[in-house]
Amino acid sequence: MKNNSVKTIVAIGIGAALFFVLGRFVAIPSPVPNTNISIQYGLLAFMAAMFGPAAGALIGLIGHALIDFSYGWGIWWSWVIASAVFGLLIGLVSKRLSIADGVFGKKDIVTFNIFQLVAHAIAWGVIAPVLDIVMYAEPANKVFMQGLVGGLSNIVTTAIVGTLLCVAYASARPKKGSLKQEK
Amino acid sequence: MRNLFNYIDRPSPIHRLTGATKLVCLLLWSFAAMLTYDTRLLALLPLLSMGLFMLSRIRLRDVRFMLGFTAVFMVLNNLLVFLFSPQHGVTLFGTRHELFSLGGRYVVTAEQLFYHLNLVLKYLASIPIVLLFVCTTNPSEFAASLNRVGVKYSVAYSVALALRYIPDIQREYHDISQAQQARGIEMTRRQSLFKRLRSAAAILIPLILSSMDRIETISNAMSLRGFGKNKKRTWYMGRRFTGWDFAAMALCLALLLAALALNRINGGRFWNPFAA
Repeated sequence: MKNNSVKTIVAIGIGAALFFVLGRFVAIPSPVPNTNISIQYGLLAFMAAMFGPAAGALIGLIGHALIDFSYGWGIWWSWVIASAVFGLLIGLVSKRLSIADGVFGKKDIVTFNIFQLVAHAIAWGVIAPVLDIVMYAEPANKVFMQGLVGGLSNIVTTAIVGTLLCVAYASARPKKGSLKQEK
Repeated sequence: MRNLFNYIDRPSPIHRLTGATKLVCLLLWSFAAMLTYDTRLLALLPLLSMGLFMLSRIRLRDVRFMLGFTAVFMVLNNLLVFLFSPQHGVTLFGTRHELFSLGGRYVVTAEQLFYHLNLVLKYLASIPIVLLFVCTTNPSEFAASLNRVGVKYSVAYSVALALRYIPDIQREYHDISQAQQARGIEMTRRQSLFKRLRSAAAILIPLILSSMDRIETISNAMSLRGFGKNKKRTWYMGRRFTGWDFAAMALCLALLLAALALNRINGGRFWNPFAA
């Protein structure tokens, strides 16, 4: 398994770079003015489903922290940690899926989306607002409102972008057992 | 290629500190600013960071854009806090001094204004120091510093890889996006939301597939060179600590201790001038 751990390290690095580029430079306008859709969470969900919880958590942590760094507005730790928690939670789905073997059917789509729903709900509905209150002593109804809006839009983007990515990658992989030895 | 992380190379005492020192200082400082709501300490920190800025020879012109960004963010956040919870200060400080009313439940109190002052000071205490860190730390040295402060080198190496590949992936994203747009994909406001997300996926899929290949190539190259075989590794950009490094870390540790001490003295995170 030695090779695998090197692969995870590289996946974290490249995943964080992708997360950064998507989060920083790819602006898709949303119906609400001045808010952009963050498709990086779709990517994070996909990477975590491929490489597991540790990779998911670190991609979220490093990617989000780098975005905050590059804006220079200070690191908003509570939301950075929420990103990491989302990556960690959705990484737990990786044991139930085998996207790398080219398998991602209807049942897997449902599993993936249930996991992402729960992970987003915990990350933005609980972790981010609670940390905002603990760290910055902000009023509860304001942070829960922000978490709700952010969480809902993230759930929609992850459902569409994340699922499409998993389907596309699985179909591009050779199926496990697709080769047979000639007798 | 535009400089992403705004590193500005100028000879100054701050630049001469090692990256690891600056990282430790940043963490200690951030924790101090995060923990305390004592107005006196929160007022001291921005003054101190202003002094550090002068010492680092970073000019206002260099960071004007980012400071503007921060200011907008700060104003918006304050407005939101007031809109959602106009009496937050009253619940925090336990007294009520009404000043004037804006109609309905929006009665402006001295406590609320004081809470907003604290909030603004908190931004001023915690944000410029990050800016200073970003402007004075060479990104290549950053990964080495992470390892130095105790982060496992495999994780530090992931950060180094991310920093190394951000420009490549950015270029690739740009190429794919241009190619797909030439084939008629649109991501502007004229499309419906669902279509916009689908077109985003159309760009993402080639990007992800090529990135997965990239992961394969890089990890094979690293395994072939025996990465991860030893418990430790050295860094090309790593530097030794000097006396100044220890002095800087001691100063920031003192700030953190002051924040902790004030929390105890005030019997809570807030300094309450209304109690007397």
